[in-house]
Amino acid sequence: MTFQTYDCLQMLPIILLSLSGIALLFLGFQKSRALLLPATLLFLVIAFVANFLDWGKTYMYFRDMLLVNNLAMIFTGVVLLSTFMVVSLSGSLADDEDAQPAEYYAILLFSLVGAIMMIGFENLIMLFVGVEILSVAMYILTGSDKRNLRSNEAALKYFLMGAFATGILLFGIALLYGATGSFVLSGIGNYAHSATNAGGSMLLFYVGMFMLLIGMLFKVSAAPFHFWTPDVYDGAPSLFTAYMSTVVKTAGFAALLRILSVSFSGVYDFWWVAMAVVTVLTLLIGNITAVYQASFKRMMAYSSISHAGYLLIGLVGLSQASKPAIAFYSLAYSLSTIAAFGVLMLVARNRPLNAAVFGDQTTLARTDEHYDAFNGLARKNPLLGFVMAVSMLSLAGIPLTAGFWGKFMVFSAAADRGAVWLLVVAVLMSAVGIYYYFRVVIAMYFREGQTDTIRVAPFYRIVLIAATVLTLALGLLPNLFQGLI
Amino acid sequence: MLTLFLILFPIVAATAVLFSTDTIAKTAALIGAIGELVIVGVVFFTFVANDQYQFGFDYAWFGAATNGSSGVRLSGAIDGISLLPVVLTGLVTPLIILSTFKQTYTRPTSFYALILFMQAALMGVFVARDGFLFYFFFEAALIPIYFLAAMWGGENRIAVTFKFFVYTIFGSLLMLVALVYLYRQTPLVSGAHSAAIADFYALNLSAKAQGWVFWAFFIAFAVKMPLFPFHTWQPDTYVESPTPATMLLAGIMLKMGVYGLIRLILPIVPEGVNIWGSTAMILAVIGIVYGAIIAVRQRDMKRLIAYSSFSHVGLMAAGVFSRSEMGLQGALIQMLAHGVNVVGLFFIAELILQRTGTRQLDQLGGITRNTPRLTVYFMIILLGSVALPLTNGFVGEFLLLSGVYGYNHYIGLAAGLTIIFGAVYMLRMYQKSMFGQPAPRTATFVDLAGSDSYVLLILCVFVFWMGLYPASFLKLTEPAVLNLMQFIK
Repeated sequence: MTFQTYDCLQMLPIILLSLSGIALLFLGFQKSRALLLPATLLFLVIAFVANFLDWGKTYMYFRDMLLVNNLAMIFTGVVLLSTFMVVSLSGSLADDEDAQPAEYYAILLFSLVGAIMMIGFENLIMLFVGVEILSVAMYILTGSDKRNLRSNEAALKYFLMGAFATGILLFGIALLYGATGSFVLSGIGNYAHSATNAGGSMLLFYVGMFMLLIGMLFKVSAAPFHFWTPDVYDGAPSLFTAYMSTVVKTAGFAALLRILSVSFSGVYDFWWVAMAVVTVLTLLIGNITAVYQASFKRMMAYSSISHAGYLLIGLVGLSQASKPAIAFYSLAYSLSTIAAFGVLMLVARNRPLNAAVFGDQTTLARTDEHYDAFNGLARKNPLLGFVMAVSMLSLAGIPLTAGFWGKFMVFSAAADRGAVWLLVVAVLMSAVGIYYYFRVVIAMYFREGQTDTIRVAPFYRIVLIAATVLTLALGLLPNLFQGLI
Repeated sequence: MLTLFLILFPIVAATAVLFSTDTIAKTAALIGAIGELVIVGVVFFTFVANDQYQFGFDYAWFGAATNGSSGVRLSGAIDGISLLPVVLTGLVTPLIILSTFKQTYTRPTSFYALILFMQAALMGVFVARDGFLFYFFFEAALIPIYFLAAMWGGENRIAVTFKFFVYTIFGSLLMLVALVYLYRQTPLVSGAHSAAIADFYALNLSAKAQGWVFWAFFIAFAVKMPLFPFHTWQPDTYVESPTPATMLLAGIMLKMGVYGLIRLILPIVPEGVNIWGSTAMILAVIGIVYGAIIAVRQRDMKRLIAYSSFSHVGLMAAGVFSRSEMGLQGALIQMLAHGVNVVGLFFIAELILQRTGTRQLDQLGGITRNTPRLTVYFMIILLGSVALPLTNGFVGEFLLLSGVYGYNHYIGLAAGLTIIFGAVYMLRMYQKSMFGQPAPRTATFVDLAGSDSYVLLILCVFVFWMGLYPASFLKLTEPAVLNLMQFIK
């Protein structure tokens, strides 16, 4: 592979997103909130198109700082698509007096810059910068529901834990630099290959590697570094929870995939046991705890932990097949998660929790996000019921949906490495997953409730339908996507 | 290509029904199912009795090689082994729809569309030639039946159907692991593995690997059929489901399990069957006896038929694991025969419930007095079910039992109890409901007419056709069974 090096302005998505973020901040001065949403969507579409301009080529940008190849473009495409969908579901922000949509949208676009850096980094410094840009944006958005005590708590918790994890990440990077003398992924990879053969002490390298991995595993909420996830996902406004659980996770796994396959593949035998243990723990904790949740939103938080576990299976079975597997899984997971949160927001909006029950002002902003809120939904709102049902089926990995092929692909990758026992654990946990995903389906279709017909804005409706159609299309014709990779 | 139509036609019909109106949904669904039956009829009468796959289709689906071959494929075709389940699915579905003509279900468009979707998925299972396509339809069949049972079922439906759903999914997920494993074991051809079931037959797996692949498949199918001790979901689900769903479950869906045993387990892991087959056989025979004994004690007609079905399917599994030509032929014809009989019995239970408001045997009695038609039809189907010579049940059970007897005399004897117990519980049911003094509820019992009568008449024709001239079915399946036997030895 020959890299052509360009140091001019060709790293389009990053630059476009940064500029459009700034533009959005200025648009915010206009007080014309109606303009913000379409403008953001337009910027995202432009970035999406620009992203794929280099299709089929491999470029190294900024003096070997960032790599752009097909895989990176796919991952970037997935996060841009996810963001597009999340932003399209944000119409209600314009009606919320406390909200500051201009800032939110700008932060979202800035955070995407971080995500894209995490996807294509070739230098560990870029990874660190990307992680920080994304994380800081997330701390802010988590606390954006500022009158809500739980939103504030979540933001503080996320910030404290996140800062700690970033510290470990940075420490790991420093140790790796100390051991190998390089920040560049391929340089570290070469060291790993040659040093293993030479047989000298690699203590510094291993410690650095594990600290780096721990930092990243924290960001993707893998057990046992997942403790922040339920509270943060539950406390943050649903819109931003949808963003966090899709974009942050996709970028985090793209980064893990990149560093494991380029830098650490030479010492696979050393780390795979540790990663396998993390995978099993993540699957067990995520799935089993999700069963006991009464709140749908909290269940989705644990579900996101469990999906981190399935994605980790693709990493444990690291091979050429892992790359399309993780990309496909991320896409399938993002589509269903965003659609599910989209329905949740509609359902919850009409059901504010009774403030008298809690007796304090801070809970006024809370809405009912329990399973019961979905009772009888499908009777009056067949479309919402169907969208939610397809999302749940896809998350549960039932055939006909994209989620099935996602699981199939990560499982295949692991089967190649002979880790069949890991698959058995994963499969048992999928069966547990069906239990909690189907509670929603049961509530919507088989239980009686006094749901009214929910008015859905046309554009909102189109996005929900598009996510569902895409989930089913990828479920029936997975080749659609596979052809790209 | 005809096979592809078998799958697509019900989907098109179901979509049409879904978007039709409440008043015509029923008729539209019946027309759709009859259309499917016509295609099945063409397949049945033009099927050439050899060991080749016929009417096939084959398209690349996923992970294909650069030249478009291998990978996971959309490929299906019919051979002698698929033929009878396909005929069963094509025949029974229109009868199930016809059997609902005198009733009204809420939201009929969804109800009938789900039945047709179910038919498409079942057809897919029976014709799939690719391991993952098989799995795909195997799971896809679960969704419509789950909704049918949980939306139109009885009081306790939510908990019961949920148990059913989780149980069966759990079983099939294990199958998924086995399929992924087998898929990655196939040799690379132009850079791609193959998921064709025929390529799985050719794998040379170690005995240890075969052992666990055997269990992964076996649990999936044992839950579906169900076999002892994986049967606990079954009686409640059968009872709580609306009768059309029960008919689909007992009439067709459990055959997916038997079919899977024949199509996948025996030829893919012959060594595994060598080691574990006797264990499976013993489980099956325990189920036969256990199911029959419980059936004798039942008072609810539907529950009684559910346990009898549990007992009968154990015999089919035992016949398959005898790994003899007799046993396999018997299992194939018994799939069809049992499908016909059990649908008839559940329908009769439903008719009695509609007319009297109860299925409890001690509240019934004396129905024969003013119902000549029901008496005759019920008797014929019942005799088929207890395997009286000249009926369809006899052919299947005779072949199955001789297969099992050839495998091991003592197991054969134990399995033979099914005939004795079958006669006991079936005749007891008949006697308690039809004979004796009329109970208050049955005094004004009205005989069958119209659509109800046609359904039972058609079923009775099949009871005799298969009983008097089984060769018209067996000669079609024989070459394929003989071909399969090569992989088993």
